[in-house]
Amino acid sequence: MSHVLDATPTLRLPTKAAHLVVAAALLAGVGVWLTGDSVFLGALTAWAVCFALPLWSLVVEGSRKATDRLVTLLVGSAFAIALVPLFSILYEVLHRGTKALGIDFLTFSMRNVVGEGGGIYHAIIGTLLITGAAAVISIPIGLFAAIYLVEYADGNRLSRWLRFLVDVMTGIPSIVAGLFAYALFVLFFGEGVRLGIGGSVALSVLMIPVVVRSSEEMLKLVPNELREASYALGVPKWRTIAKVVLPTALAGIVTGVTLAIARVIGETAPLLIIAGATDSVNFNLFDGRMATLPVFAYASQRNPGIPPEFSIERAWGSALVLLLIVMLLNLVARLVSYYFSPKGER
Amino acid sequence: MSTATAEKTRLGDRVFSGLSSGAGLLILAVLAGVAIFLLVEGLPGILADPSEVKSSQSFWPWVGPLVLGTLIAAVVALLIAMPIAIGVALFITHYAPRRIAQVLGYLIDLLAAVPSVVYGLWGIWVLSGTMAPVYAWFERYLGFIPIFAGPASATGRTLLTACIVLAVMILPIMTAICREIFLQTPRLHEEAALALGATRWEMIRMAVFPYARSGIVSGAMLGLGRALGETMAVAMVLSATAGVVTANLISSTNPSTIASNIALSFAEASGKSVNALIASGLVLFVITFGVNFAARAIVDRRKDFSGANG
Repeated sequence: MSHVLDATPTLRLPTKAAHLVVAAALLAGVGVWLTGDSVFLGALTAWAVCFALPLWSLVVEGSRKATDRLVTLLVGSAFAIALVPLFSILYEVLHRGTKALGIDFLTFSMRNVVGEGGGIYHAIIGTLLITGAAAVISIPIGLFAAIYLVEYADGNRLSRWLRFLVDVMTGIPSIVAGLFAYALFVLFFGEGVRLGIGGSVALSVLMIPVVVRSSEEMLKLVPNELREASYALGVPKWRTIAKVVLPTALAGIVTGVTLAIARVIGETAPLLIIAGATDSVNFNLFDGRMATLPVFAYASQRNPGIPPEFSIERAWGSALVLLLIVMLLNLVARLVSYYFSPKGER
Repeated sequence: MSTATAEKTRLGDRVFSGLSSGAGLLILAVLAGVAIFLLVEGLPGILADPSEVKSSQSFWPWVGPLVLGTLIAAVVALLIAMPIAIGVALFITHYAPRRIAQVLGYLIDLLAAVPSVVYGLWGIWVLSGTMAPVYAWFERYLGFIPIFAGPASATGRTLLTACIVLAVMILPIMTAICREIFLQTPRLHEEAALALGATRWEMIRMAVFPYARSGIVSGAMLGLGRALGETMAVAMVLSATAGVVTANLISSTNPSTIASNIALSFAEASGKSVNALIASGLVLFVITFGVNFAARAIVDRRKDFSGANG
């Protein structure tokens, strides 16, 4: 893009100037790191040295170009800073989590386990059941609401409010969803109720808006010509939706739903409130406490017992398993949208 | 979209449209239900006598410091995340080579996929330890600023650590909104600016930012809403003291937030204390609902102009 500016006969830095400064910065950074053995200070030094480029530019090219280079540097730094926690988290979870991982860890529960040993079988079962039930509740409601918004509402006032409030709902704090489920079930079961299905209800409150919005976007992408062609053949509206619109948008909807599941499967707060925690395997959503991976990780960290290290190790192990599940779901979602979505806009 | 022209509607059509609008109404009912059920279960907590609850305080003096703590944590997190989010969004949309831009976007989105409990573990075991010496440095050299007054926490489990974790957690949504808005800047405006001899930064300042202002504001507010309601990261990282209100970010005496307070005390609470906790959840719901409502209203108001609906 900057070729446009080449016409003006002003002084410019040599084309390799940026490379030169970055190389110098890396050298300085590594130097500080090796002499003072602090990666943090090294990175800071390297970053500081990079500011030589805008300064140099200020002397040679004037303030406008210098500002431009300064902003480029800052924007690049912002991105680098954002990546630091991501890689740090991935590294630490892999590094600390793999110590606990093993066949026993995945196939044993925590029943009667004190200290070393035990596993997260009960928590995996709980997470799968609760999230599965949440998906069973959320997907039909979310999908039909999206169909209503796109196919039936015709931009009436109810649909405008619905769309707006669904957007607002995506911001409901997860703990509030948990309190809602508790307040709902306490009316029927009395104080101190803890039920797996309650967790599913809480997760549904968080999941439905995501499903609605992503499905709506996908339904909107279906070209109107397809609908009109179907109507022209005398196909009723509901069959048009079921046989033409939904199949066309299916890949996108599956992607959206998978991402929604990935979002709620890691929720801790609502399950802490309404599903509680237990050491035993519980297959019944409608009877008593149910352990889940996130709550298990939280509880292992919070009440590690004595000696604490085994419990902390299990906390990281379950965090790793949870993270792997979430990443897998994300990967599946991306692959589905990559391979199966109709090519076209976007 | 299309108008139904058939004189007599078929059974399938009636069932389908009934199911669809029913689902829509159900969602509205759920949203209303959240408010109603929290109110029903929370009201006894608001009206409870101080002797009936664990905190031995009446509701408003008890919830006041929690609200302030929530606001402080969320606002600081927002201040940290805002410039980074704008920078990252600019980097992805206007600086990175187009071929890898999408992959870089996925990387940032991965941050949103990390479960909050993992953030909590990371905050306790990694970030706190890393930040503790930094806090000591802050106290020594920046102690004259009230927020760094110290005494610096030796464990690093301070309000600022919690705020950094929160900032990382709200970064993806803010980046996503900013990215979307930056991409909607008309190509012609950008090219016109460049053709007039503007540098890339001048182009961004003159063509992209004016166009994106409302989007940036609403992105910030959505981030704020997330930070207000985020529970586990704060509950795990912070060693909170009940009833404390302080803007000192690096000491070991920290205010609690509504959400983390609920998470920490709900399991052991009984009787009217449960109602009081639910009532504090209602307060949180009202605050976040207000923030999100305003944010979405800003986006919606500018929608016709920004082209987000087209």
